Amino acid sequence: MERLDPRARSDLYGLRINRAPYPWRVRSVPYVSIMLGSLLPVLLIADLMPLVPPLGFIMLLGWRMVRPGLLPLWAGAPLGAFDDLVSGQPFGSAILLWSLAMIGLEIIETRFPWRGFWQDWFTASVLALLYWFAALLVSGAKASPEMMLVAVPQALLSLLLYPITARMVASLDRFRLARARKID
Amino acid sequence: MAPPSSRRSGFSKKAQYSLFTGYLLAGGAAVVGAGLLAVSLLQPAAFAPLRGVASDVVAPVGTGTAVVRTESQGLFAGIAGYFYAGQQNAALRREMEIARIRLAEADAVRAENLRLKGLLGLREGEANPVAVARLVGSTATSSRRLGFINAGANNGVQPGMPVLSERGVIGRVLETGRNSARVLLLTDSESVLPVRRAKDNIIAFAEGRGDGLLRIRLVNLGVNPLKVGDMMVTSGAGGYYRPGVAVAVIAKITPDGGIARLVAEPAATNFVAVEPVHQPAAIAELADPETQDPAPVATASGAASPGAAASAAVAE
Repeated sequence: MERLDPRARSDLYGLRINRAPYPWRVRSVPYVSIMLGSLLPVLLIADLMPLVPPLGFIMLLGWRMVRPGLLPLWAGAPLGAFDDLVSGQPFGSAILLWSLAMIGLEIIETRFPWRGFWQDWFTASVLALLYWFAALLVSGAKASPEMMLVAVPQALLSLLLYPITARMVASLDRFRLARARKID
Repeated sequence: MAPPSSRRSGFSKKAQYSLFTGYLLAGGAAVVGAGLLAVSLLQPAAFAPLRGVASDVVAPVGTGTAVVRTESQGLFAGIAGYFYAGQQNAALRREMEIARIRLAEADAVRAENLRLKGLLGLREGEANPVAVARLVGSTATSSRRLGFINAGANNGVQPGMPVLSERGVIGRVLETGRNSARVLLLTDSESVLPVRRAKDNIIAFAEGRGDGLLRIRLVNLGVNPLKVGDMMVTSGAGGYYRPGVAVAVIAKITPDGGIARLVAEPAATNFVAVEPVHQPAAIAELADPETQDPAPVATASGAASPGAAASAAVAE
């Protein structure tokens, strides 16, 4: 069988017999990828205006929408605390907003159990916009019209980023569950 | 996609309780987060040690990206240089002629300065920097404009110290970790800096607008004497910065001052110098609860409150 097609006995996650995914990958990949999303914008120098959409939050949304039930309901709090440490927002803002977003998503999911990609995108966009606005308000700076104006590209980017994030999360999920360990 | 059936609680008491606990924990976390947010808005320095640890972890990575950034800037500048070489050569030649003349004039002025300062018994040298560091990152998602440098308390950096590049003022140290520090950039909307016009003594405040420009507010209102292209330098009032460091160039005139562009843009900066606080004694005097209102936001946001700085300017 394998001589005809080497992938005959394998599925999306690799060979099925005698293989298993790494437990550390199964548990850590979502959290690590969200934390990397929080860290990545720090490495850019944005001296004039906020440039990068909140990648950590968008990754959180992605994992929550693409793999519902994987992250526990309270996961927004520890991940938000990490985001607060590096993002420049006052400590506590992401703990609050990410927790609220997780609760909100849970309620939306109970209300509309069958969803599609477009509806997911719509939900993610609304949440990302709300998050962008709330983060501006609680940033500790006076919310002047100029500041709002220069932050508009950031909001637009975070709207457009969801499809890419969803694809990325899906491939990360394949990496997470890949049967890379050989059981002897 | 429908949620997996394992997440429907049904009649299972265990599943119902775990779902309820999840909601309870998330709701509790949101409440705790709101409390922490209120604390850190009222006391911005409250969680500085925690953030210091985080920025210490980020700074080494940021150093790597900073090297890449500066080298790529050099590469692009090199390529652009080939296209404009001839034109630039001629322009540079003209500029150099003028610069030679100006240099000679400056020599004369410096000699006279030395003589006058000798007469007055004043001695004011360049401050030795506490540390020279790379700008390794910034808060690119937040609407606050903070930068990270890879020098911290171990290098002698302390909160309040001015951060300068070779072109001019970058900002002020807000919080320090062991090997990294947070810098409040001039463009942050909480940053206020006492400045004066370079050629005379028109004093003003340079406030960040949050959109990359500075609002220059004149202290003495009346006929606005500012013109487009005027250079604003630090006045030394407030005691943090030494006087005469370039800050911004006026780009637009408004009724109460102007809108100015930065001279030293952090994104184009390779290395920065952290200098000691210019007049620590004056700062201590200003921080005294009798002379300054004790609102914690004003002291911890790093900006000398306008009233206090103005009184210092008068005292000077």
